[in-house]
Amino acid sequence: MTAVDDKPTSTTSQIGASRKRKEDRHLITGRTTWVDNMMLPGMVHLAILRSPMAHAKIASIDVSGARTAPGVLGAWSGRDFADVQGDLPCAWPVTPDMVNPGAPSLAVDQVNFAGDAVAVVAARTKGEAVDALEEIDVDYEPLPAVLDLEAALADGADLVHESAGTNKSYTWELDSAAAGSGGSVEDAARDAEVTVKRRFIQQRLSPGFMEPRSVVVQPADEAVTIWSSTQIPHILRTMLGLTLGIPEHKVRVIAPDVGGGFGGKITITPEEVIATLVARALGRPAKYTESRSESMSAAHHGRGQIQDLTITATRDGKVTGLDVHLIADMGAYLRLLTPGVPVLGAFMFPGIYKFPAYRFRCDGVFTTKVPTDAYRGAGRPEATFGIERIMDELAAELDMDPLELRRKNWITHEEFPFTTVAGLTYDSGNYEAATDKALALAGWDELKAEQARRRESNDPIQLGLGISTFTEMCGLAPSRVLGSLDYGAGGWESASVRVLPTGKVEVVTGISPHGQGHVTGFSQIVADRLGVPFEDVEIIHGDTESSPKGLDTYGSRSLTVGGVAVVQAVDKVIEKARRIAAHMLEADEADLEYADGTFSVVGAPGSSVPFGDIAFAVFSAHDLPDGMEPSLNSEATYDPGNFSFPHGTHLCAVEVDTETGHVAIRTYACVDDIGTPINPMLIDGQVHGGLAQGIAQALFEEAVYDDAGNLVTGSFVDYTLPTAADLPTFHTDRTVTPSTDNPLGVKGVGEAGTIASTPAVVNAVVDALRPFGINDITMPCTPERVWRAIQDHTNGSQGAVR
Amino acid sequence: MTRISVQVDGVEYTDDVEPRTLLVHYLREQLGKTGTVVGCDTSNCGACTVHLDGSSVKSCTVLAVQADGQAVDTVEGLATDGELHPMQQAFTDCHSLQCGYCTPGMIMASIDLLKENPDPTEEEIRLGLEGNLCRCTGYQNIVRAVQQVAGGERS
Ligand code: FES
Ligand code: FES
Repeated sequence: MTAVDDKPTSTTSQIGASRKRKEDRHLITGRTTWVDNMMLPGMVHLAILRSPMAHAKIASIDVSGARTAPGVLGAWSGRDFADVQGDLPCAWPVTPDMVNPGAPSLAVDQVNFAGDAVAVVAARTKGEAVDALEEIDVDYEPLPAVLDLEAALADGADLVHESAGTNKSYTWELDSAAAGSGGSVEDAARDAEVTVKRRFIQQRLSPGFMEPRSVVVQPADEAVTIWSSTQIPHILRTMLGLTLGIPEHKVRVIAPDVGGGFGGKITITPEEVIATLVARALGRPAKYTESRSESMSAAHHGRGQIQDLTITATRDGKVTGLDVHLIADMGAYLRLLTPGVPVLGAFMFPGIYKFPAYRFRCDGVFTTKVPTDAYRGAGRPEATFGIERIMDELAAELDMDPLELRRKNWITHEEFPFTTVAGLTYDSGNYEAATDKALALAGWDELKAEQARRRESNDPIQLGLGISTFTEMCGLAPSRVLGSLDYGAGGWESASVRVLPTGKVEVVTGISPHGQGHVTGFSQIVADRLGVPFEDVEIIHGDTESSPKGLDTYGSRSLTVGGVAVVQAVDKVIEKARRIAAHMLEADEADLEYADGTFSVVGAPGSSVPFGDIAFAVFSAHDLPDGMEPSLNSEATYDPGNFSFPHGTHLCAVEVDTETGHVAIRTYACVDDIGTPINPMLIDGQVHGGLAQGIAQALFEEAVYDDAGNLVTGSFVDYTLPTAADLPTFHTDRTVTPSTDNPLGVKGVGEAGTIASTPAVVNAVVDALRPFGINDITMPCTPERVWRAIQDHTNGSQGAVR
Repeated sequence: MTRISVQVDGVEYTDDVEPRTLLVHYLREQLGKTGTVVGCDTSNCGACTVHLDGSSVKSCTVLAVQADGQAVDTVEGLATDGELHPMQQAFTDCHSLQCGYCTPGMIMASIDLLKENPDPTEEEIRLGLEGNLCRCTGYQNIVRAVQQVAGGERS
């Protein structure tokens, strides 16, 4: 076991080195700045009263009892804020006729999910605020819960929002025949030699970030400063300003240490709005920190889809068409990205395959559950699951090895760039290489032999082998493309470099990390490009005052977009420095070469000037080229030309105990191609964490509502976040096919593990059970579900188990 | 209000606390020792793990009054004279943290785990850390950190 800090000998070989994280020191010594650590003079603590019912009219609400409770400084119901609170923003109206009934932060007349906020109390201590909630009287008139996605779409269904007249928010379609990117699925269906239809369920998941969401708001006259455990300080600033009518330049948002996000902290939360309203009403700083149960019930969920897939193929295994119909659960309201998440998946159902016809239709449906929004991978894991599962089912139908079927249909490395039937152009990839490497890493042949032995001997412990080959669209994204998808913002990112007199540099990024290690990764990029020591670089982020421009962190866009912006800003600094160096050395700019942080005159040894000297010369400004401003600082905004497309092959072997239904992962091996690696140690960390989350969807996690619409998985007691004992040691490796669309060649890694692992695991579980006639297990594949499936099939019944 | 005297990270404190105050809240709110954090309200996550008279406890399951007369050690007291505790060193060496929210609890639990079993197998480490949740790392590098320290102590 060796300690890593793979310190490169030269500053110019930083890229690809496993540098230890600059971020760690304060986190391992407990000197942290979590929002909930904040204490401000005069600060009040908030507690929120939440609906105990899934759906009800608020006949009356009386907060006066709370107002006189010990320590209380104020109490408000939704009615008190009705005129000022606005609606929480939805930035992705996916169709022009999308129904958006509006989302107040505090419910005014009606609650639409159990956990919906109805009143808020401000008190001297959190305990007093929580106690005072008991003094609030609410008279609810129950309405029917709307829980089943298909029933919600039926004629005469109970409506979540009566005024909307429908539970359907939108229907979004992509048809390759209409789009001109391929043929028609009707033709493919007519000519099909083989057709396989399947229904897959994407259960709702809780993002499960370990730091509960927390917000502190400090008002000052017209202005507010907001500390929030958010992934999106810049977007929050703009949106909060718009929502509450506060001029944007009077809003400052700070995201200090943020304890995980996974998409769960990507939305504009009701709590951020409520805390701002209260702080402004009282003229005092206000803090709200959610409990874990509030986090489970009121922070958004991810996934939540019914997927109906039809795949058609020839007898010899050529896929001819894929028809996808999704019903996507929006929950009770449209939050920031709610409607767009399943739509993102539209582009990923074709996966790594080339086939001629494709149709995707998605109905977004309201239910009386907490809203859904982005969760690690957002749309892409769901799509990858659908295609990778049905490829296995097609293979079974054709009596073909699942890997052989994939090989017959995937895009080969010579074919890149390749435009898919969904209309995306994949720049580069090598699926063959990643797959070969993964097979060797897993010891696939031996596993296969063992599987055969166990099958033959009727071993009660059966081995199942699962494959998932995948690609994803990362680095969100070209602004023009996002615009064509009706997304409200662009996909650029900004960076600036501030050169200090001593030659140290501060790099400002619009990326706002929450555990990914950006400070380290970005420092490596800067050190490499600028030729200064890694230690001489500081990365500034997460505060709209010091980092005024950005689009924050989600969709694995940090390096692929933000990192490239940094490169561009650094290059501008080098160009300015070159002019000054030429002046100092009395040489021609064209005769200078820049390496390891020093400009030297080519062919004149000894005639050189280091970057630090140039920085000081700029600071003193005694002798600069005529007309040159005394500054080396620079700024860049980068809008990518395309998405990036990481890919990989994940292989999983599970041992299924056919007597108890227990599933244990025996081997998990994956080879990811994320383009040029910047810091392999950080990459492995991202992959491990992603795998844990994807495996958890396959085996452990599900947000479950009962028939009345109460969340029964409302804490870590009932919601099974995997522990160290639930997970194996992962075997990870890489192939490198650089992205051809950005100068770093990077593709993004944050979501890969999650996207690929869920189908790999479920394919393995189903593979173990196929001899029993089982062709699906609904996620999570708990021992009970697996056991029941075996019982049912042993007793002769058919069909998938739900 | 009840008067308690507690030694926290080597410093004696005497304070009046409400009987219902949990140790974690006493540490965070009354002493300002915010290195120890809260991640759940059901004693499941382990983010709040500290040592009480040398053994790891979840400080959200202990009342402050129960700590009366005892020594509490938190992540903030581990590094001495700027020198990291071997477990802290191992966590950063092995990239055992990402967002770092679970980390104080993980480090405290890991130290106690090795005290109980100085030479654990991988499986024993995984079982030993079952009470501490991490959403970021997939645990693999946390296991490595514990192995690094155990290996160091062996050699
Ligand atoms: S906060 Fe103590 S176990 Fe979660
Ligand atoms: S490092 Fe984020 S929860 Fe463990």
